[in-house]
This record gives sequence, structure tokens and C-alpha cells, in this order.
Amino acid sequence: MTAVGAGAQEHGPVGQGPVGQGPVEQGTVDMTVDLAGARLRGPVMTASGCAAAGRELDAFTDVAALGAVVTKSVMLAPRSGRPTPRMAETPAGMLNSIGLQGGGVDALVEQDLPWLAARGATAVVSVAGGDPDEFAEVARRVVTSPAADGVAALEVNISCPNVANRGLVFACDPGSSAAVLRAVRGAVGDEVVLLAKLSPDVTDLVAVARACLDAGASGLTAINTLLGVEVDVRTMRPRLAVTTGGLSGPAIRPVAVRCVWQLRAAMLAGLLPPAPVVGTGGVASGADALQLVLAGASAVQVGTAVFADPTTPGRVAAGLAAMLAERGFGALDEAVGHAHRP
Amino acid sequence: MRTPEEPALRAGEPAGVRTAVVLDAPVLRAEPDGAYTRLVLRAPAAAASARPGQFAACSTGDSGMLLRRSFSIAAADAGAGTLEVVVAAAGAGTARIARLRAGDRLPVVAPLGRPFVLPPAGEGVVLVGGGYGSAPLAWLGRALRGRDGAVDLVVGAGDERRLLAHDVATAASGAPDAPVDRVHVATEDGSAGARGRVTDLLGPVLAAHGARHVLACGPMAMLRAVHDVATAAGAATQLATEESMACGVGVCMTCVLPVVGDDGRTRMLRACTDGPVFAGDRLRWDAIGAPSPQRPAGVGARVPVDAVGAPAATPAPVPGGGDAVPPGATAGQER
Repeated sequence: MTAVGAGAQEHGPVGQGPVGQGPVEQGTVDMTVDLAGARLRGPVMTASGCAAAGRELDAFTDVAALGAVVTKSVMLAPRSGRPTPRMAETPAGMLNSIGLQGGGVDALVEQDLPWLAARGATAVVSVAGGDPDEFAEVARRVVTSPAADGVAALEVNISCPNVANRGLVFACDPGSSAAVLRAVRGAVGDEVVLLAKLSPDVTDLVAVARACLDAGASGLTAINTLLGVEVDVRTMRPRLAVTTGGLSGPAIRPVAVRCVWQLRAAMLAGLLPPAPVVGTGGVASGADALQLVLAGASAVQVGTAVFADPTTPGRVAAGLAAMLAERGFGALDEAVGHAHRP
Repeated sequence: MRTPEEPALRAGEPAGVRTAVVLDAPVLRAEPDGAYTRLVLRAPAAAASARPGQFAACSTGDSGMLLRRSFSIAAADAGAGTLEVVVAAAGAGTARIARLRAGDRLPVVAPLGRPFVLPPAGEGVVLVGGGYGSAPLAWLGRALRGRDGAVDLVVGAGDERRLLAHDVATAASGAPDAPVDRVHVATEDGSAGARGRVTDLLGPVLAAHGARHVLACGPMAMLRAVHDVATAAGAATQLATEESMACGVGVCMTCVLPVVGDDGRTRMLRACTDGPVFAGDRLRWDAIGAPSPQRPAGVGARVPVDAVGAPAATPAPVPGGGDAVPPGATAGQER
């Protein structure tokens, strides 16, 4: 349950950093991150929907020490979410169909963001909507609120269900993705850092990413959950009340690494404008985080592993720093995309 | 122990994690108890604050399962620094925990959730539990000792093996330090006590002794039946729910139930931090266990149409137009 995925790749000889020097002293690796202008104290964040707004988690992991707390995707109005059961455990993962339950953007800016700011935590606010206009209005209310100073970036959750086209997902189509990013960029101005959160359930990830970056995204977050169904063989019915759910957890880590890899490779090949990528999907250990970094992620998010162990984010951050030092990297930055080296 | 008053909560404070600690707890004893396994853990930091009704989220170790399993805390001894849980092996995760032996370690987060609120002194109380759901009731009975007012324990199970023998034996011992005054046992096959269910006994017990409070733990169908019988007898209920949880600490929004608040409005509240103990008259029984086209009756809960933020109460935004979305994808990528 803890540190799922750690271990196997830690055996055998450890490769060296860019100049082949030996290990550097732990604690001396520069772990700061610059995400298109958003400066974070470290690369490890929570993943949206896996940490609420940070308050519950603070009892178990120091949220002020994290790179950022990514708050649960917020829409304009309060939202009750889906019927239950909303969760089905699967091999090395789980399906969820929460349905973006939450108190709405006004409650977030009045209660949650001031708490995070007072706590000294950096916030990345995940915004969602049923159509581009709702995304834009939610984003506008966040960046114009008195709590905006503590917000390093907005993550635009285009991989949540598209309410206007019931049952569909914006991030499955470049045109829909661009429409949302364009609307949000128009609402928040040029200075706000926008991360587009991508779905892996697409045929051409790079085409969607390009549409997002061309429409105003500053960076990309990869990946959201994969769509799945579990059938209970006892009742012979779907296990989730709404049938489909998002698959997350260690089971999807190779998919996340693949997506980050493809985005980085496309940038190196000149097929995608250079932009920071935030990697997320199945991260439960420092080694998992390092895989994403080496594949091209400038920062990582910890999601489902928090459910299994609420201390995971701090453990992942410490583990990643130690593994970078062991490999002779003086700075996290030097390791980003290192697996692509000729 | 006297009534521990629930301190006033600040708005939005996650009640269920205020005193929880993360532990790698040594297993001191692992004892078979009928069909179950009773684990005694060394966990002084958790034992110091745990109260009946709270739960412990336990790692499933190398079972291959990802998430913790939550168990009602069966006993906590602050002096000895121990916590007890009763494990029913159902799937791979619980089976792994039930295989633990003395000397093993069990990663635990505890105590979690809001406990039972002890009824006022002088008023009769009936405790009701089904199967391993009765795990915390002897401890709860001890917490109620010293109040004026009788405490009855009603326990039931499918058969004798699934009755928690430890609790029944100690509760029924008649010793001066017995945790309750009277014990009433029912099994569906009649292998112990009366043939039938706890609810068959609850009505007569309430009628005979006039208790005003019923505190119960068990599966939702049993809690519903207990609530109906208690309400008909004029007794108030506190019900410790058993919802499926991914995190247990209030961040995943998996374990929600429709609950009526002080303002009369229904919200989908987390069983882990707003519960697991709820006043029975606050639960929306019309929505809990309601059948749907995709779900057999008795499983889960629908969102009442009058709940805060329910789809019917939030008009869908006007379609933005021009969103060319390819067919094939369906809802579900969310949290």
C-alpha cells in the first residue's frame, strides 16, 4: 500500500547526472521549480480531487512544505456530486465517480484559499465548468479575489465531464480544449499561469496539447484518470452507481509516464511549443516521481496514494530529493527530461 | 468515564482528524473471536484520545490492495496504551489484516471520525449491534457506567460463530464491573439466544424498560430497521454507519451520505469526518438504499433532488455552442 512501485528500478547500478560526477550531498539539490513563471518551493504537489483544499491533509503532511496544494476542481455553484457507491477498488488502483462535489467557487475563495494562505501554503486552483463561459467565470472569480496572492497558478480541468455535452470530456477534442483555454485566458489576462489538465483517453495527445498551448495555456498537466467500468460478479451489476469511473493509482503510472514522455518528445522534435509539464498518475514514492521527471515533468502531483497513506506527499518529496542527490544532480531542473538524452 | 462533551467545532473544521495519528503499531495479540480476529495493538498516542464510535484506518500491507480498511475501534485503554479492532476477513485486504500475528506491525491512522455522544445521565440506553458491528458496544457500555439509568445490550448475528463471543461473555457475566445491565441475544438460525433479528428484540426491550436512547452499529439495512423500531417507541437513535471509504480522512468524498443539517437542508456529508455516527433522524432514509436502474436496492444512496447542489437544483449552463466533441467518450474523468 505504501511506496507501491518503489524498489524494482532501484536495484542495479545507478546512472549518473549530466556531467557524470558522483553523488552530491543530500540537502544541497536545488528543488525549486519555475512553471512558466509560477515559482514553487518544491516539485511535489497534491493532485486535484485528492486533497480537498488541504486542510484535512495538514494533520498528516505539512502542506506549507509542499510545492503546492492543488485544490479540488471547483465550479461556479455548489455541487452535490454523484450517487453512491462512488468508489471501486481495482488491482493497484481504484475507480471513482465523485462528480466534482464541492461548495462552489465563492466558498473556495472565502474560506479555503484564505486558510491556505494563512497556513503559508502555495495554492494551485483547479477550475472546472460545464461550458467555456463557466470555466472563465470561475477563473475570473479566483484571480480577482482577495485570496489571489496565494495562488501560484490555475489548473484548467478540461478532462472533467462536459456538462453541456452530457457525458463527454473537453480534453478529448482539440477544438473543445482550445475553446475552454481561450475563454479562461481571456478572463484572467496575460499574467496568470494556466495549466491545462489532459486526458490520456485520446488518440492524439500532442494535438490536444498543441491546441491548449496555442489557445493560451502556459503549461500542461498529464494525466487525469482513465475511464473504466467494474462489474460486480455477485450482483451482476456495475459496482459504481453511475457505471463509469476514473481509474487512478499505481496501475496507471506507466500511462502517465508515457504521456509525459510523448509531450516532451514532441517539444524536442519541434512539434509542440516548449512548455512545462506537470506529471501525475500513480505516484506513491520518490522513484515514481523521478520516473516522471526523467520523462520530462518539471513537477509532479501525488493523488490516489494520499488515500492509502496521508503522509505520502512529504515522503515522495524527500525520496525524490535523495534520489537526485544519489545520481549527482545539483538541481531538479537538470533531471527534467534526462531520459531523452541521446 | 463521564460524558465527554463534544467541543464546539469551528466552521469547516474537519472534526474526524483532530486527534488522529499515523502509527506503525505493533500487534500485541491476535485472537480468534468466533468467525473474526481480534487484534490488540500497541498505539498509546491513539489510545489516549479514542472514544467509542471512532474508527481506525488499517493498511492492507502486501495484500496487493491499495487502500486502507476502516474498522470501528473495539476498545481503547489509555493506561495500557492499546487499541483493539475486530476484523472480519471478507476480501484480500481484510484477510491480510486478519492473518496478522503477535509481533507483526500494522500501519494505522486513528482515531478517526466523530464518536457517539453519550446520552444524559439518568436516561436508559439500549446498545444494538449486528455481527462484528457490535465490536465497540462493550467499550461503549463501560463508558456509560456510573450514570444513573440502565444500559441494555442487544446483539445479533446470522449464527453463533458470527456473534462477538468476547463481548457477550463479558457483558453477561453479571459481575459488578459488567459493562451493561442486561444482554439480549438473537441469531437468525437460533444457534444462540432467540431465533430472529436484533430488531425483533429491540421493540420489547424498549417497551419493557422505557429507554430513550438507542445507539447502534452495523450494516445500513440493520440501522434502518433499528431506527424504525426505535422511532416508533419514541427513542432517539445514534447510528454508526459502515460506508465504503477510500481515504478515511476527509479528502476523497467517497463515503458520503445524504444528511439533513441544522438549517433543514440536505447535504452529501462524509461518513469519515462528519460521521461515522449520525443522529438517525438526520439521515435521508428515502434516498439511502433506494433502488435505481443501475443499482440493486439496498446499495448506496442517491442524491435527493432537494440536496444542496443537486443536479435539479443547479440548472445546467447554457451550451456554449460550437463545442465539437467526438463521440465515444463518456462521463467519469473527475473527482
